[in-house]
Amino acid sequence: MSTTPDFRIKGRGSRLGAKPVRFTFDGKTYEGIEGDTLASALIANGVHLMGRSFKYHRPRGVIGAGVEEPNALMDISRDNARSQPNVRATVQEIYDGLKAKSQNRFPSLAFDVNAANGLISPILTAGFYYKTFKWPAAAWDKLYEPIIRKAAGLGVSPTEEDPDRYSNRFVHCDVMVIGGGAAGLMAAKTAANKKKSVIICDENPSMGGWLLSDTDIRIDGKSGAEWAADMVAELTAMPNVRLLTRTTGFGYFQQNMVALNEQVTDHLSRPDPDSPRERMWQVRAGKVIIAQGAIERHMVFPDNDRPGILLAGAAQTFLNKYSVAVGQNVGVYTACDTAYAAAFDLAEEGINIPVIVDHRDEVSEEIQKQADEFGIRIITGAHVSGTSGKLRVNGMSVSKHTGNSDREDFDIDALIMSAGWTPSLHLYSQSRGKPEWDEATQRFLPGVSPQNCASVGGCNGTDDLADVFTEAAKAVGGKASKVKITDDVSTSGGFIGATGTSADKGKAFVDFQNDVTAKDIALAVREGMHSIEHVKRYTTNGMATDQGKLSNMHGLAIAAKLLDKPIPQVGLTTFRAPYTPTTFAAFIGHNRGKLFDVTRETPINDWAVEQGAEFEPVALWQRAMYFPKSGEDMHAAVDRECQTVRTKAGIFDASTLGKIEITGPDAAAFMDIMYTNGWSKLKPGRAKYGIMLREDGFIYDDGVIGKLADDRFHVTTTTGGAPRVMNMMEDFVQTEFPEMDVWLTSTTEQWATIAIQGPLARDIIKPLVTGANISNEKFPHMSVVECKVCGVPARLFRISFTGELGFEINVPADYGRAVWEAIWKQAEPKGACAYGTEAMHVMRAEKGYIIVGQDTDGTVTPYDAGLSWAIAKSKPDFVGKRGLTRPDLVADGRRQLIGLKTKDPKKVLQEGAQIVADPDQPIPMKMVGFVTSSYWSGSLDKSIAMAVVEDGFNLMGKTLYVPMEDETIEVEVTNTSFYDPKGERLHG
Amino acid sequence: MLLIHCPYCKAERPELEFSNAGQAHVVRPSNMEEMSDAEFETMFFIRDNPKGVNLERWRHAHGCGRFFNVVRNTITDKFLKVYKAGEPRPSDKEIAELNK
Amino acid sequence: MKNFNALNLAREALRGHKGWEKQWTSPEPKKKYDVIIVGAGGHGLGTAYYLAKEHGITNIAVLEKGWLGGGNTGRNTTIIRSNYLYDESAGLYNHALKLWEGLSQDLNYNVMFSQRGVLMLAHSVHDVQSFQRHIHANRLNGVDNQWLSAQEAKDYCPPLNISKDSRYPIMGAALQRKGGTARHDAVAWGYARKATAMGVDIIQNCEVIGINRAPSGEVTGVETTKGTINAEQVGIVASGHSSVLMDMAGVQMPLESYPLQALVSEPVKPVFPCVAMSNAVHAYVSQSDKGELVIGAGTDSYLSYSQTGSMHILQHALDAIIEMYPMFSRMKMLRTWGGIVDVTPDRSPIIGKTPVKGLYVNSGWGTGGFKATPGSAHVFAHTIARDEPHKINAGFNLDRFRNGRLIDEAAAAAVAH
Repeated sequence: MSTTPDFRIKGRGSRLGAKPVRFTFDGKTYEGIEGDTLASALIANGVHLMGRSFKYHRPRGVIGAGVEEPNALMDISRDNARSQPNVRATVQEIYDGLKAKSQNRFPSLAFDVNAANGLISPILTAGFYYKTFKWPAAAWDKLYEPIIRKAAGLGVSPTEEDPDRYSNRFVHCDVMVIGGGAAGLMAAKTAANKKKSVIICDENPSMGGWLLSDTDIRIDGKSGAEWAADMVAELTAMPNVRLLTRTTGFGYFQQNMVALNEQVTDHLSRPDPDSPRERMWQVRAGKVIIAQGAIERHMVFPDNDRPGILLAGAAQTFLNKYSVAVGQNVGVYTACDTAYAAAFDLAEEGINIPVIVDHRDEVSEEIQKQADEFGIRIITGAHVSGTSGKLRVNGMSVSKHTGNSDREDFDIDALIMSAGWTPSLHLYSQSRGKPEWDEATQRFLPGVSPQNCASVGGCNGTDDLADVFTEAAKAVGGKASKVKITDDVSTSGGFIGATGTSADKGKAFVDFQNDVTAKDIALAVREGMHSIEHVKRYTTNGMATDQGKLSNMHGLAIAAKLLDKPIPQVGLTTFRAPYTPTTFAAFIGHNRGKLFDVTRETPINDWAVEQGAEFEPVALWQRAMYFPKSGEDMHAAVDRECQTVRTKAGIFDASTLGKIEITGPDAAAFMDIMYTNGWSKLKPGRAKYGIMLREDGFIYDDGVIGKLADDRFHVTTTTGGAPRVMNMMEDFVQTEFPEMDVWLTSTTEQWATIAIQGPLARDIIKPLVTGANISNEKFPHMSVVECKVCGVPARLFRISFTGELGFEINVPADYGRAVWEAIWKQAEPKGACAYGTEAMHVMRAEKGYIIVGQDTDGTVTPYDAGLSWAIAKSKPDFVGKRGLTRPDLVADGRRQLIGLKTKDPKKVLQEGAQIVADPDQPIPMKMVGFVTSSYWSGSLDKSIAMAVVEDGFNLMGKTLYVPMEDETIEVEVTNTSFYDPKGERLHG
Repeated sequence: MLLIHCPYCKAERPELEFSNAGQAHVVRPSNMEEMSDAEFETMFFIRDNPKGVNLERWRHAHGCGRFFNVVRNTITDKFLKVYKAGEPRPSDKEIAELNK
Repeated sequence: MKNFNALNLAREALRGHKGWEKQWTSPEPKKKYDVIIVGAGGHGLGTAYYLAKEHGITNIAVLEKGWLGGGNTGRNTTIIRSNYLYDESAGLYNHALKLWEGLSQDLNYNVMFSQRGVLMLAHSVHDVQSFQRHIHANRLNGVDNQWLSAQEAKDYCPPLNISKDSRYPIMGAALQRKGGTARHDAVAWGYARKATAMGVDIIQNCEVIGINRAPSGEVTGVETTKGTINAEQVGIVASGHSSVLMDMAGVQMPLESYPLQALVSEPVKPVFPCVAMSNAVHAYVSQSDKGELVIGAGTDSYLSYSQTGSMHILQHALDAIIEMYPMFSRMKMLRTWGGIVDVTPDRSPIIGKTPVKGLYVNSGWGTGGFKATPGSAHVFAHTIARDEPHKINAGFNLDRFRNGRLIDEAAAAAVAH
């Protein structure tokens, strides 16, 4: 034949007048028509070879016409950033300019060098890799594995960031119907008539399901397609119904939450740039109606994988829905009546059907009669014992079950097959319902789901259309309207397992994509894999991208037969979401880039941005780390900031500190429980450092707390700790001490907090403060007062985290930036600077002030941290008091927080570096502690460090060692107060 | 995602609004100091962890902020009862009834 | 038992693989064994194997309520590493790592241990401090771990997004080159095959419904769905169900069981060369030999034995994956699944004796038990055979919850300040 035959059957289906669409496949341009899938358009052009298998790289054609497709997987790319691997050609709608590429082949689909794997296929049997590649020991991941990896995999991952958008919707409805076939439409209509809010979704571009593939059915005189279209029109007109096409119900979660994914633009030639590519729906439904239908099985026989061999139902769909004949000379192999309908439909269009091979011993008189009318020969009690053809099937051999002696060969260019239909239990099983084995029909059916759902139609094993309608209506508490149905073909019959005899040569594929044959299953069983999960995992049967939609039942039946056990005893593998592969992007929706997580910014943040500050993330906050002047690196900037604060002053945005307002008559009593030290006797107007423990005695949080009145505390927490501190306080006040009259309010975001530290601090703020005397005498260190700053109501603290004279001004957040700028206006002319978190860290370390989470982790007690002075042992109770007395927490030799002085004062230790007593010991070394904080102190012109060291308090003056990769650093144990140890500057 | 009934808001809300707060009815004794190490271990570390009915606490963290108790089956994840903090533990008989 | 090697594979290929024997059998339980191991996961089967191989105890039954390897062994993301902070943990996991390195040869079963390297990503100054602490401690403990800058991390793992504009920019990474992955099923099967060959009975579909104790307190055996089976030593290695079993013996455990979910993508050609994990944003990823991206999510927040979890947990894991590897957003999720992990208060396992004589427990592995499989099994076998812990697992005792000597890796990682 010199030209490609056109397999388009004009006038079949309802596609007259559909516009031509041009697309490319592996660089070659083809023409299809509007509404085609990639698969139907290629078949119309006589192309069946669409892919290569996973292991043996065997040439493969399309098998199905829907989501079950294991072979025809392609890469569809709009551009470099929009490449999509592993797209099923049977699902992808074509559009003008679509570019499809075959996968898993080199250099081309027709000639793939890896097909040489087929030559050694006797070795590459199930689990072969477990038995070899063990020598030499190091060779697995250096030599063998890279080769295996390269040969495996299907498509190619995108390499660029995806520019498309994805959206996410949450909805509630009374009835969620999954599947828009006959059953789904009837259920939706019945529920809608009862004024229920209804959502119905279907994975296809139009609803109707099998009705669109079967042209013989008549419902009240209408064709199935017409009936479905009318139902859709009626549902669309109802305000209480939402119809979603191209939308797959892929997951069923607790309490009737169903997840759907809607394809919005993948079928469009030029998508609206403002439209999302996909939309995920998370639906909480009163009742879920599962109407997923059934999926046809292939026959397992030798060389059943040549291009041109496909499911009979798929051939019928291609013909009746897409106006395409799968061949001109089509053989049939079946164990089910439905394949006859496909064969007769093809025959009606003049396609030659040389033979129908029926695995069963007899067929009904009616079928025989119809076949006779078409002049089609039926051979019963027979099987296909082999096929021929390299890149396309060209012949089949037929043998009677009784023996191979009467073998007959037929020339064909396509072979359609049906082993019957498997009810799709996917979502039912995901709802945690247990499938139940129906011995009579040899299939698993839904039982009773623990959730409020019902399976109707094909997925419930209901064959007869009238029964389907009754059942669907009943599932939503209604009655189906009376309809007259004719020419409904029964889906009865079927076969599971491998056909043929041991004399047959060739590979009988159970799982096409993963190249699992009936012999592989047998090998697994022979080797002791007697649970279906073992068989699955050993052979990889059912683990391909179709997740066993075609292969699971066959694999199970083959194993059961070999084990001589009933099928349900061998077990069914669990169905797991998603029903069909779903893009990661759909799950993510908008949560990308900056929207990945919340970013908290202080009211002063923008000022710091304008000043060119460098930032660091701290918990959810972004904090200014330092404010470099031009030409300064971090080290120089931090040095300058520290020196400026120590000699003049600096201002610091402390707004991220957690703040909790504790009020009520029992506020002090509550504080006494939550913190280790005493609060009842503290005078209003005074502030105190507080430590909070967990019940187990370890440090949980710390902060300075001001007592504003006997019944009011202004609590501060660490930046990251605020939510958990609040949660723990709420827990105690609500559940342990509900009798306490105390109220907690998170005020972190209500206050902007500005620290002014340094010898000039008072001079800077004095002109701005009204309503309070802030002289050293009237307002000493650790005081708090309510006053006004810049005319704004403020809470002013006299506190210091630098060791200098210091204040912290809290003003309502909305005034934060204005007050900050007013202070800056006072500060800048005096030579003060703005400083960031790094300078803050250096200065607090110079003073030996700890940072919870850095100098302590969850294993440090307040005693370990040298904070025993902050524990009021005389209090009858506080959280952690009992925990602190446990044996290991009071044992000798605990790690304690001390200071370290490097012998070489220029040497700055690395935070996290480990400390040993004996540097010469062999590895593994006995480590006695580690460096928690370490900085260069410009003020002291030397390095400083803090560390936790075993028995550290008793090691003052002792020499220890910090072994680094390239040197060992000698250090001396000191106390942690490096700067102004007497604390005189605080009180200035 | 679980759907949880808050007994204070009297409404069902998605799990995202709540935080689990562990086993319910673990009592912090008033005489903590007299507890033995074993008793402390039991209170702080040992948990029922039942396969079946669990009594547990949740907090409507992104809602009313209240802690409350629930009876939930850890095999089916079904909520059998929700009640306010401070209300008594349901009797074994009631729990068995709920779990039917 | 026919050796697994290339020659035998080729020989068998010529005769249709008819000569392979059963890798394990399905015996009926005997009345009495020397040791009963409850739970035929990697840890339990490995325990039986090492009891037989190193301690000469072969009269062992491994009881499994489902199919062997069907619990967390067959449900995890197969990450193997040993760069833990504390001496106890480093000792245990590095012991395991050394056994991993020779396991395929030892078992005559290719467990596909692939030392692809494990990257742990740092997203904040605090992460950097914490990782440096680990790296220094690991170096002095003889455990491989090194610091990489963000650029070096990207060179090692090209899909990584190191843009400073990320919500959680990568500030560097700790790399354990000796870490990697292994084929989870093969670990269970390899142990099962070797243990069977040495006389161990692996009894599947046999659920333990009671633990029998003598009036004097010691263990006498177990009640099962296949009847009473006696033994003077019983080891519980049942991951998420360990506390349920221990409860049958009257021992309450500091354990809570949570759903842990994972997922794989469709298979693609090699694109991800290592294992990468981020504790800060909770996501772990590697690529299997088959080409699937294997992604681990976090646990749900509530107790559950349902082996399923909430979708938002998966969503969050994918959010994090795409934050770090934006090029994967069009990849498709193929399959999700859940396991039940038992978590201790300090996130470290409990391996040792119990208050009941003859009863031993190996549990509390939380989300990280797979990597320890050979080491855990090895020291647990020692503990049972000698009735005293190996020095490597001595610290992982039950007493620590009473005396406070926890091995708190999570606390050591602390929290942001």
